Amino acid sequence: MKFLRDLLDKQKPLFQKGGKFENLYYLYEAGETFMFSPNHTTGIKGAQVKDAIDLKRMMITVVIALLPCLLFGIYNVGEQHYLAVGEAVGFGEKFLLGLKLVLPIVIVAYAAGGIAEAVFAVIRKHPINEGFLVTGMLIPLVVPASMPLWQVALATVFAVVIAKEVFGGTGMNILNVAMTARAFLYFAYPAQISGDQVWTYLGEKTAVDGFSGATALSVAYNAGQSGEAVTGALASHNSAIGDQLYSFANMFFGFIPGSIGETSALMCLIGALILIATGVGSWKIIVSGFAGTYIMGLIMNAFAANEFMAMPAHYHLVMGGVAFGIVFMATDPVSAAQTERGKWLYGLLIGFLTVIIRVTNPAYPEGIMLAVLLMNVFAPLIDYYVVKANKKRRLQRATV
Amino acid sequence: MSKLVKLKKGFDIKLEGKAEKKTEAFQPAQTFAIKPTDFVGMQRPKVTVKEGDTVKAGTPILFDKKLESVLYAAPVSGEIVEIKRGEKRKLLEIKIMADKEISYEEFDKFSESDLKSLTKEQAIGALLKGGVWPQIIQRPYGIVANPEDDPKAIFISGFDSHPLAPDYGVLLKGQEKYFQAGLNILKKLTSGKVHLNLDQDSEVSPVYAGVQGVEVNKFSGPHPAGNVGVQIHHLDPINKGEIAWTINPYGVVQAGKLFLEGIYDTSKVIAITGSEAIKTVYTKTYQGACVDKLVADNTKSDHFRVVSGNVLTGEKINHDGYLGYYDHQITLLPEGDYYEFMGWAKPTSSKLSFHRALGLLSFLSPNKEYALDTNARGEERAFVQTGVFEQVTPMDIFPVYLLKAIMAEDFDEMEELGIYEIIEEDLALCEFIDVSKHPVQDIVRKGIELIQYS
Repeated sequence: MKFLRDLLDKQKPLFQKGGKFENLYYLYEAGETFMFSPNHTTGIKGAQVKDAIDLKRMMITVVIALLPCLLFGIYNVGEQHYLAVGEAVGFGEKFLLGLKLVLPIVIVAYAAGGIAEAVFAVIRKHPINEGFLVTGMLIPLVVPASMPLWQVALATVFAVVIAKEVFGGTGMNILNVAMTARAFLYFAYPAQISGDQVWTYLGEKTAVDGFSGATALSVAYNAGQSGEAVTGALASHNSAIGDQLYSFANMFFGFIPGSIGETSALMCLIGALILIATGVGSWKIIVSGFAGTYIMGLIMNAFAANEFMAMPAHYHLVMGGVAFGIVFMATDPVSAAQTERGKWLYGLLIGFLTVIIRVTNPAYPEGIMLAVLLMNVFAPLIDYYVVKANKKRRLQRATV
Repeated sequence: MSKLVKLKKGFDIKLEGKAEKKTEAFQPAQTFAIKPTDFVGMQRPKVTVKEGDTVKAGTPILFDKKLESVLYAAPVSGEIVEIKRGEKRKLLEIKIMADKEISYEEFDKFSESDLKSLTKEQAIGALLKGGVWPQIIQRPYGIVANPEDDPKAIFISGFDSHPLAPDYGVLLKGQEKYFQAGLNILKKLTSGKVHLNLDQDSEVSPVYAGVQGVEVNKFSGPHPAGNVGVQIHHLDPINKGEIAWTINPYGVVQAGKLFLEGIYDTSKVIAITGSEAIKTVYTKTYQGACVDKLVADNTKSDHFRVVSGNVLTGEKINHDGYLGYYDHQITLLPEGDYYEFMGWAKPTSSKLSFHRALGLLSFLSPNKEYALDTNARGEERAFVQTGVFEQVTPMDIFPVYLLKAIMAEDFDEMEELGIYEIIEEDLALCEFIDVSKHPVQDIVRKGIELIQYS
């Protein structure tokens, strides 16, 4: 690695103050610190040794936690395609097709967001933030494989600039960046990210007779409207391409149409385990998020006015993006509640809102996106009251 | 009422190079220095001697124009060889070439029974005159106490929980008499209580075994359980407008000796610690000693750093620098000024971490001792991670909110969030574990100064 180090050292003066590319220093810095941890030493006063962690390592841990979802998502894109067109092929072919569709989305998201990030770093003279390692992976996982690449790029740039950079960059944003990207797509290009036609990639081929691309949530919603029991409707849905496509087990394992990375509750749970074991994601938010969803599901059951409301509460946990949203979106440390007590409430309310939006809102079949964004906005308020309680304790202690 | 406080939050940084419990003689230091920079908050130091003057141990050589009654005395007898100044003539060091035999200024001597009838004014006067006063630190702010204040209580932490910290049992061996005398004097300085806080998790040092007349409290748990700030928080927290004093057990002994023997004795035992040291032992020297003789031929390589104090709150000094006024240890560490290929992603079990993120394996071997170097392990970034500072701060305080309030210079927030209760060392662990590598202790001091001078 000495060769690489020498090369970097040779170029360094060009990017330092007075150098030819002085303005591009933070681009150089990003590259350099990516390859080599810097030789900075601790200061004269204060902590003389430092913990081995840095932000890059923390962020890459989240990316690792996302890999099960990504890999399964790639496979499932192929799986759903061949199911829908009625062809039986092997694992490899399914995976390859998925890779062909998903990889470009990942690359586009990283590239578009990376450029936006770099431009801001150069203009605003701040280091390129590692947070983008995660955002760039989250965005591809919450869109369908059929998403046009230019829309992915646009949404990513929108999210990085409007949701993050205008607030001052990583650590200052109010909304979860990846969720903002999805919300942008949702409202700007609804045809490509909602409805029944976008979740399964068909390509040039035609689907088998009787195929319906509806997601589990829209099946449930329609069942609710028509008065049919939701579990029955789910079980019998799409019998043209396979029995029990929307069985509880299939929904749990993720063999259903949906956004690339969010169909499998199991993979999200594996990700959650990684996040919790490494301490990078807040277990309080994850636990209270799932608990909130389930509790509100039970409450809906108790007041069931239609069949959707009567759907067993645990179905909510495996349908749509709940698991993915709670594990990877709600736990974003910057936009979530930051106090430990606040995190319980924050997760719980995300769960509540998700189910309420799902069940009572006629326009949106999915609730987690709006729930997370809404609670992002309320997180500072939750923290405000937790911190205020602390101040009050301090004040009451004073006897004078 | 004595209390037992069990703390769960915190983190013990286990390092290689703990001092063995034996005292070994090194070549005596030739020069000694008093560094005005050791006294946090000293604003306008004024030297009262010139280069070439001869002084005795206990001769006043320095005072702060903002607090003129407090005298800072020469630690040893000898000749003033250099008054070193830095930028803008900032006073850095007053160096004394020591005599072979230390001669002492003579102060009033008291018998143990005299001490009982001593008044507060007499006690304060003697402490000021005898040079021991700077050992008394005021909370809030962590500055040298003002003798005109009446503190609500005096707190003494009887143990040091910092990494590689020396054992007070060794430092103060055989000083029981002076320690008790020092406590008797301290009791006169406050209308409240004198708290002596001991470590529940280890044996009681002989020096504390027979203490009388003070509140003895026990603390248990990982570092920072030994920080007096944490102890105050759990015993009798400081509210706005209140003043408490703290003093190190060494200072108590020094005070006792001043009254019983009539001399300003700065001899102290210090620990030589750290993974880079060959001999990690205790040794006897005096306050402000030049460390060159302790370091020479005692390091494993040439590329090392000498820290006066411990690795969390200490200060980097030159290889021929001087021991800090309040320090009882030096720590020798490998310098970490190297690049590491893919250092942020490589799995490692050789670097200590409080975290468990990808590849940080130190949590698997909780009892292993690490040889950490001074590499900063990353670059400064925005606050991202939440909830970890709280895990190492055993106080009812929100460190991140407090730090952000300081950065925003929001005075009301700082007060409400607890700035009066902390000094740098109380959040030093936050600085160590911080993912975003913020200079937490600098920020804390900046906040304290904002509040202090507003």
